Amino acid sequence: MSMNSVGRPTRAEGDAVAGFASLTGARGLLQDEALIFERNGWGKTGVDLETPSRSSSDLGDLVRSAPIGLPGLSEPEAMRHYVRLSQKNHAIDLALYPLGSCTMKHNPRLNEKVARLPGFADLHPMAPVSTVQGALALMDRLAHWLKTLTGMPAVALSPKAGAHGELCGLLTIKAAHEAKGQGHRRLVLVPTSAHGTNPATAAFVGYNVAEIAQTEDGRVDLADLEAKLTDDVAAIMVTNPNTCGLFERDIIEIARLTHAVGAYFYCDGANFNAIVGRVRPGDLGVDAMHINLHKTFSTPHGGGGPGAGPVVLSEALAPYAPTPWVVSGEDGFRLVEETEAEAADSFGRMVAFHGQMGMFTRAYAYMASHGSDGLRQVAEDAVLNANYIKARLSGAMTAAFPDGPCMHEALFDDRWLEGTGVTTLDFAKAMIDEGFHPMTMYFPLVVHGAMLIEPTETESRQELDRFCDALLALAQAAKAGDADRFKGAPYLAPLRRLDETLAARKPRLAWRPEPTTVAPAPIAAE
Amino acid sequence: MRYLPLTPTDRAEMLQVIGAASVDDLFVDVPAAARKAELFDLPRHAGEMEVERELTALAALNRPAGAGPFFCGAGAYRHHVPATVDHIIQRSEFLTSYTPYQPEIAQGTLQVLFEFQSQVAALTGLEVANASLYDGSTACAEAVMMAQRVTRRKGAVLSGGLHPHYAAVTQTIAHAEGMEINRLAVAIDAEDAVIAAIGPDTACVVVQTPNVFGVVSDVTRIAEAAHAAGALMIVVTTEAVSYGLLKSPGEMGADIAVAEGQSIGVGLNFGGPYVGLFACREKLVRQAPGRLCGETVDAEGRRGFVLTLSTREQHIRREKATSNICTNSGLCALAFTIHMTLLGETGLRQLAEVNHARALDLRDALAAVPGVEILTPRFFNEFAIRLPGSAAAMVEALLEDDILAGVPFGRLDPQAGMDDVLLVAATETTTQDHITAFAQALSRRIGQ
Amino acid sequence: MRFTKDHEWVALDGDVATIGITAYAAEQLGDVVFVEVPEVGKAVKTGEGLAVVESVKAASDVYAPLSGEVIEGNGALGDAPETVNAEPETGGWFARVKVSDPLEYEALMDRAAYDAYLETL
Repeated sequence: MSMNSVGRPTRAEGDAVAGFASLTGARGLLQDEALIFERNGWGKTGVDLETPSRSSSDLGDLVRSAPIGLPGLSEPEAMRHYVRLSQKNHAIDLALYPLGSCTMKHNPRLNEKVARLPGFADLHPMAPVSTVQGALALMDRLAHWLKTLTGMPAVALSPKAGAHGELCGLLTIKAAHEAKGQGHRRLVLVPTSAHGTNPATAAFVGYNVAEIAQTEDGRVDLADLEAKLTDDVAAIMVTNPNTCGLFERDIIEIARLTHAVGAYFYCDGANFNAIVGRVRPGDLGVDAMHINLHKTFSTPHGGGGPGAGPVVLSEALAPYAPTPWVVSGEDGFRLVEETEAEAADSFGRMVAFHGQMGMFTRAYAYMASHGSDGLRQVAEDAVLNANYIKARLSGAMTAAFPDGPCMHEALFDDRWLEGTGVTTLDFAKAMIDEGFHPMTMYFPLVVHGAMLIEPTETESRQELDRFCDALLALAQAAKAGDADRFKGAPYLAPLRRLDETLAARKPRLAWRPEPTTVAPAPIAAE
Repeated sequence: MRYLPLTPTDRAEMLQVIGAASVDDLFVDVPAAARKAELFDLPRHAGEMEVERELTALAALNRPAGAGPFFCGAGAYRHHVPATVDHIIQRSEFLTSYTPYQPEIAQGTLQVLFEFQSQVAALTGLEVANASLYDGSTACAEAVMMAQRVTRRKGAVLSGGLHPHYAAVTQTIAHAEGMEINRLAVAIDAEDAVIAAIGPDTACVVVQTPNVFGVVSDVTRIAEAAHAAGALMIVVTTEAVSYGLLKSPGEMGADIAVAEGQSIGVGLNFGGPYVGLFACREKLVRQAPGRLCGETVDAEGRRGFVLTLSTREQHIRREKATSNICTNSGLCALAFTIHMTLLGETGLRQLAEVNHARALDLRDALAAVPGVEILTPRFFNEFAIRLPGSAAAMVEALLEDDILAGVPFGRLDPQAGMDDVLLVAATETTTQDHITAFAQALSRRIGQ
Repeated sequence: MRFTKDHEWVALDGDVATIGITAYAAEQLGDVVFVEVPEVGKAVKTGEGLAVVESVKAASDVYAPLSGEVIEGNGALGDAPETVNAEPETGGWFARVKVSDPLEYEALMDRAAYDAYLETL
């Protein structure tokens, strides 16, 4: 026989090493990746540019003399750097991402594709309106869908995020009160369960904030609301479905009481996904509501933005909407600016240009894909999935509001962890080791040790079961006294728990050269 | 419906587990009057091909900037974005992740934000930067509000060279907060006029450089005057590429620098999403708006990053928060950071020089057109010209030559009485052929 | 030393009151990361905000237990906020106030009353 090859064993030999660590800090495919500032890229560049045709000497001493201190990387290095970093992130595309009130649903790639069509992406906001008719038409169609789905007559498209939409809504309300000689109203009522942006926005606009109590079953306390509704109240801000994942049964009465004292009803539409296609906020007496396009209409969350927060408005508030807005006339579409007569009552402008066009195209593609029937199914499946999780987990965990169905999210408290030595935080961190992103923790504030789970409609039954099985196994481990599994978690993530106290006490918010090393002046590229 | 995984069998079985007879039982809390049995009056669902067809048809009605000669700026600039940028920002782990609330499984996003903050701090010449805001205009308004918190004064002086949209946004927000905004008369080159407007109740002065007419100025004297009066100096920039060539805001005495970062990595997008840059002196950071990412260590002593100083923010401070902002412009900040990393200091400087040179070429070509007056003495990549008649009418006329000639100032601020002023910009994407075509067409039409 | 229901402590020396938060409050807050101490010369009224104390996930107002004028803030807390956890009722003081009405001091709880109050929480 001829020995032209040598066999070798493919099974591991030797015993597993406890607490094994690599020599470089890498964990298999996960690299220990330095900052761009630590890679000696001073003077390096990953772009090829022409040589400038003339000097900048005409600018004299306006030109900077000191180096900026920016490193560069060649293209392959940059690609690797950011791909390596990406691998340290959880993502919807990896697994269920049950952050309550965040609506982490699938992001269709069709939406990415159409947003990148040069006819949308390569448009200048101040290009002549005759050259952007398709973009204005898209805004007009998006507005039509939003108005139809909410049963509201007007929409302001320009707010750039949910909180920005709240700001838009309250500025509209403030302008409406001032126009009617009601500028003395100083108070905005907000339920205790509200998201922090609600009171922050009201205060930002100059209002005082008072809280509305909550009932035992997690809804607005009507008696408390009625007692606090005086003619000093400018608006109430109520989330519906609320942050406990419950529909406000008395919503129509809440609206009636509010209007009776001359106040407006601002609805936080963060949870619109639960009712889209089935319930129109306009039928509930809402005067203004923002819609997070990045939640209900699936524009990507992108690691924390950009969002988009159009605000639908009632007839009473529509004249005060921010500029610009799109109207259609004989010559096609145009934008109404603040100096025009028809915008005389507008409270003004809240962004440069016209809003998040890149999000409008994505959201519109999502809506057109679903249609009226698909959107209704979205709400139904989102609510079904949440109730399924609530049903499957309620034996092991304590639902905060066990009676009756929830809407699109299931809320648990931490009573079931009593005596285990495990906290909500520990439990959440242990979920990371099982491959899931934790749920929203410690929010809403009205529930002790809150765990708010929102699966969304884009999870399959198999993924829901995988998730529930993991949580049930963890719950069993917690109750069986396996506290170490939780207290030290996560063990298998790219990093273990981070020291947030250190970060806050001695903030290091930007890279600085070590005192002994000085960033050298960049060398001109060849 | 391709995005909905549940089958009818799944739904039926799940309802059984829940103990509900139908999905309608799950909506019992909705008042009967608001329950809609019928579908809303909108089209039914559509396949991927049909949706793409509709949107492609709409896109085809628009004239993209890259389709021919193009000279628009005024706060949004067309630059080349390397293909790598768009590839990386479409990776699932960046595109479909959320705010890094769980730092153990969000180090990718967090390290990017730390790099972003470090780059922005370096570019602006200030010590710290936040993780981005919605855009330059809202960042400007936030800076003014912050100055009020820091100084406990109510006045803000806005230069007449500030982008009219920025001034309008700032007025809208700050008015609601009870601030008094003194927006000085619009003028091409009047930055120093703010000095005379500073008073004992001035919280800040806001000066843009390059300003909306493209004028580049050294604002050191203004900063000194502001500081002498106990006010903060806010420097606004709408063209981030200019940082590559010009003195930084920090170098000129700015306490807060805000900018539109769209030029780096983001693209035009018809006005959004963009990325607001916000940097300040370290001693002011606890009054800063928006998210901040900071360095720390994990339980095993390894370096990592977390969102920090969050007690300033709405989810903890509620009505006492420094701002109501809940998000940043994460994916745009990522695009900015990747593009800036590809450029490096060398590339950024060269890019800025190319932009400036191209704008000088444009100026020379337009200056040779009879009837055109160049209004901006020293500029970066954008300047203002005066035409013999309405700038808006000329822009419309030049469309017949397939030239997007620039932004009529009257469109940004109809009340300024500057309807004959046109803002024109050139970047590395502008070719010599485009410049020649523009000058020739302009010359022909002025002659008509 | 006297105490309030909002967990501030006061030590009076002549007409100068030293004010801080109690050991109980410091423990409830967790790791203190920042203290905003008042400026010298600030006039404070009983029950109004005197200082702000922050841990990683919480920010709390510290109320003035009595009225007067701030004559000193504890600047050392700027670099070492952890002192509030380590020595809440000594080195971790927040401010010294020249009190306008020393009788207000007498109205506050003494140690035994405060301890009894803590039992009820």
